[in-house]
Amino acid sequence: MVVINNTLARGIVALCLLLPLAAAAEVLQPDRLDVMYHSYDGGGATIDGPSVLVRKNVADTVSVSGGYYVDMVSSASIDVLATASEYSEKRTEYSVGLDYLHDKTLMSLGYTESTESDYEAETISAGISQTFFGDLTTLSMGLSFGDNAVGVNGNDDFAASAKNYRYKLSLSQVLSKSLIAVFSAESIVDEGFLNNPYRQVRYKDTSVPRGYSYQSEVYPLTRNSDAFSVRGIYYLPWRASVRADARYHDDSWGISASNIELRYLHTIGEEWLLEAKYRAYTQSEADFYSDLFPYRDAQNFLARDKELSEFSSDSFGLGATYTLPERWLSVFEKGTVNLYWDHFQFDYDNFRNVLDTEAPVGEEELYAFDANVIRLYFSFWY
Amino acid sequence: MNTAPLARVGLALLALSVCACTPWVKPYEREHLADQVMSFDRDPIATGYLNHVYEAREASRGAEGGSGGGCGCN
Repeated sequence: MVVINNTLARGIVALCLLLPLAAAAEVLQPDRLDVMYHSYDGGGATIDGPSVLVRKNVADTVSVSGGYYVDMVSSASIDVLATASEYSEKRTEYSVGLDYLHDKTLMSLGYTESTESDYEAETISAGISQTFFGDLTTLSMGLSFGDNAVGVNGNDDFAASAKNYRYKLSLSQVLSKSLIAVFSAESIVDEGFLNNPYRQVRYKDTSVPRGYSYQSEVYPLTRNSDAFSVRGIYYLPWRASVRADARYHDDSWGISASNIELRYLHTIGEEWLLEAKYRAYTQSEADFYSDLFPYRDAQNFLARDKELSEFSSDSFGLGATYTLPERWLSVFEKGTVNLYWDHFQFDYDNFRNVLDTEAPVGEEELYAFDANVIRLYFSFWY
Repeated sequence: MNTAPLARVGLALLALSVCACTPWVKPYEREHLADQVMSFDRDPIATGYLNHVYEAREASRGAEGGSGGGCGCN
């Protein structure tokens, strides 16, 4: 059962008190159905499944939405191969949302529930969006609270929990007839059991032939992070656009990260929308991360999760949206077919491939892998 | 976490909203801004999935954006 704590309750009340200041236009999103097949394949892990999102306006002031999402996981990743055997699992997520337009102010509420064999998560969220200055400025604020129950397959005695609080602020600004910029900030607070109970760290151990042994990870019980981003889209005269994003992240675990992204959108007639993009990401490692600890229980907190190590990743993507001819879809006002492909390359600076058994302990090759992400979806407006 | 700076920025903007300001981009000049090529999040189901991939593979999280178009016309 999700319980709203005092901080979140005060935030929601504060948002509601701001409603009388509403001054300009917001509109509801259009009625829409999206059906997607998604696929991630890389580093020995394959994750795919369906996703459906439907939105329907009720009267002129209320819009409801519902989502269904499935991850079918089959993993023989480097983490799995090092300490366990290949596994499969399924994660199912349901979500509902409610948007309410009141005196030209848009408020939203959401609930999401995610279930897998060893992890259950519930999240509630609330938000408000408002335009100012003749609709040139849009301010959005949001809060969410997540309650997670962590288990371990095959160990019924293990039960832990984690809570998650997110606070978002976004300011969108029309700068000219052809340029929009958005500034976003988000603070996240995590409390509870935050590590993956299956992940382990390795430490030097001369008593075994391979020269190292494993023990369970130990993470701090809290994590605070702040992220800031700036985005801009510029309209090009041939009905195309170029977009640039920059984001910075910093957290209490000592991880600093940043990414930039460039995206180009190009239209061909009224039917085709083509996209090309490039994204570069880099992060430093957590204070308590090590690829190889000097001995067992070497420090209070221990991590060898490659997602907490120092690494960089580059990705590029191509995609196309095709608008279906009207005569094909008499039931719908408009329909599109969309296919997007993203290719990722991950290069780790301090996470070694333990499957490289030829090298001395601690001098194995640095790990790297690539991944492909496919999004194939159909969108219908009605 | 100190959320006071964010709250102050929000309140300042809300206070400014009571001003009678003349927009420097007139409503009839916003044709390009309303075009789908100018949307930060034209397909939420696809954007949401990619953000899910990022959060699963990277330690950073938050401020992914995805707010709608900036012309007040969504």
